[in-house]
Amino acid sequence: MPLAAAEHFVRAPEWTWYVLFYFFLAGLAGGCYFIATLLRYWGTPGDEPVARLGFYVALPATLICPILLTLDLKKPLAFWHMLVNTTPGEFGLNFNSRTPMSVGVWALLIASVFALVSFVDALARDGRLRHPLARRLTAVLDGSAGKAWSVVGSALYLFIAGYTGVLLAVSNQPVWSDTWALGGLFLASGLSGSAALLLLLTHYRRGTEPSRGFLEIGERLFAALELALLVVLLLTLLGDGTLDTALAFPWLLLWLVALAGMLPGLRGLAVGGLRATAAGGAASQRTVAWAVGPSLVLIGVLALRAAVIFSAQA
Amino acid sequence: MATKITPGEAYGFFTDTSVCIGCKACEVACKQWNQLPANDHGFLGESLDNTGNLDGQTWRHVKIIDNVPDETMGAGDGKAFLLMSDVCKHCEHASCMDVCPTGAIIRTEFDTVFIQEDVCNGCRNCISACPYKVIDIDAAHNVARKCTLCYDRLQGGMQPACAQACPTDSIQFGPLSELRETASKREADLHAQGIKEANLYGHDDKVYGGLHAFFLLMDKPETYGLPNAKNAVLPQRNNLGGYLGGAVTAVLGIFAAVIALRERRRGERETPEPPDGGQG
Repeated sequence: MPLAAAEHFVRAPEWTWYVLFYFFLAGLAGGCYFIATLLRYWGTPGDEPVARLGFYVALPATLICPILLTLDLKKPLAFWHMLVNTTPGEFGLNFNSRTPMSVGVWALLIASVFALVSFVDALARDGRLRHPLARRLTAVLDGSAGKAWSVVGSALYLFIAGYTGVLLAVSNQPVWSDTWALGGLFLASGLSGSAALLLLLTHYRRGTEPSRGFLEIGERLFAALELALLVVLLLTLLGDGTLDTALAFPWLLLWLVALAGMLPGLRGLAVGGLRATAAGGAASQRTVAWAVGPSLVLIGVLALRAAVIFSAQA
Repeated sequence: MATKITPGEAYGFFTDTSVCIGCKACEVACKQWNQLPANDHGFLGESLDNTGNLDGQTWRHVKIIDNVPDETMGAGDGKAFLLMSDVCKHCEHASCMDVCPTGAIIRTEFDTVFIQEDVCNGCRNCISACPYKVIDIDAAHNVARKCTLCYDRLQGGMQPACAQACPTDSIQFGPLSELRETASKREADLHAQGIKEANLYGHDDKVYGGLHAFFLLMDKPETYGLPNAKNAVLPQRNNLGGYLGGAVTAVLGIFAAVIALRERRRGERETPEPPDGGQG
């Protein structure tokens, strides 16, 4: 059998459930913040309720992330060693640009400030927070300052949604290190999942109907992007001889669930093209049938990450 | 002969597998000096070796690779054992150091790779990076651990415990420059004796810039579970491609979102507004 391009004899780091849910939430937080920014500043006034919904999702999702990461550490109380160098005589901030883990920790920390400000701003605009400071924040964020703030925040959040894939790739682990497509795949999947999540949540918030068409069409396009990157991923693994490892049983089942999660979007693209359906654009009642598609997308987002994480460590 | 150990000079191991007898004295000496617990007395049933692997509590491990064709006889005429006392390679370009986010992994004054246990927080990034399956979490301490090249002994002017215990001088400790010279001479001697399969692994910069614990092997590196020179690549090779892939996807994602906005507006223009479509 020919040698893989990077055959290593590496031990699995045993990154499992905490890391899986961190990757899942990072993807959703990233996608929701980005979609919220887009709708607020490039959408119509009717998109504002969903924009606020996006900011409402981004903060809690972001705040759970470091908790999961800390729980995953073998020495959770030393979590701050990621940020501060505790080597005797070398006290200072830690930043290692060669490892996405270090870059990502800083990105997560900074992005959480953006998420907090946008969250408070959304609460104030909804009239749920009447503190003078909140009103002042809203005033400051009106106009170009707010736009600049959200654009920078979105850039950070797009990074967070995708860097988790790069983190895996920057290793010597089979499968993970045999492809450059994981960062893009996780980002596309995060965007797709975020559109689906927001679509699902529109049924719990009034006045969100005008944005459903956008979310529906967006989810279809993100799913197509995700499928394209999945094909690239599988081709790169085939080229490096680790496709068998990735697709071995039972992980194949997870890949199939991930693929099933793309089906609602791909089916919508095949059937409706870039036109929103009546259900997506105008329906206001909550129905089980309507929730099936977005729920399947979210399960697919989780399954994709599980397939990548677990298959390489088997 | 005792080696004078001077901080600032590079030290390492030269392990000559051709004279290893598999006695595991190195394993025992390592465990004894570093106060590492004994392995479970299980039976692996894989070979004569019952240790299995290097791990968080086994920093020296004599690999016993059996069923290898005996090169001294005709093809298929015999089987041989390969023995190799494995250890952290203390790579010049160390994958583990590359990816450590806490700065816990450092180079010492003896140019060895050392994990500061009080700095490590157990993120395991180094485990997924080490291409030699060396580093592991020590369950008793919850930090990543591996061979320290007996850092404490070096500081006290003593050679590492494993090298001192080795009865056949398979494990030799000393300044890297001297060890490389010794190794080249040994390889040439073996070749002159007709043992052409003898080859040095990690003595030059082809594998991770040079290993500070390098080997004379009696078969291909892959047979011993070592990546060959072609496969000796650092994790950071994937930074550029990974980030670039993410950046291109981000641009395509933004493009897709803009298309979705535009198509939604077009749909609205073509479809009359529902009467109750206002804000809540």
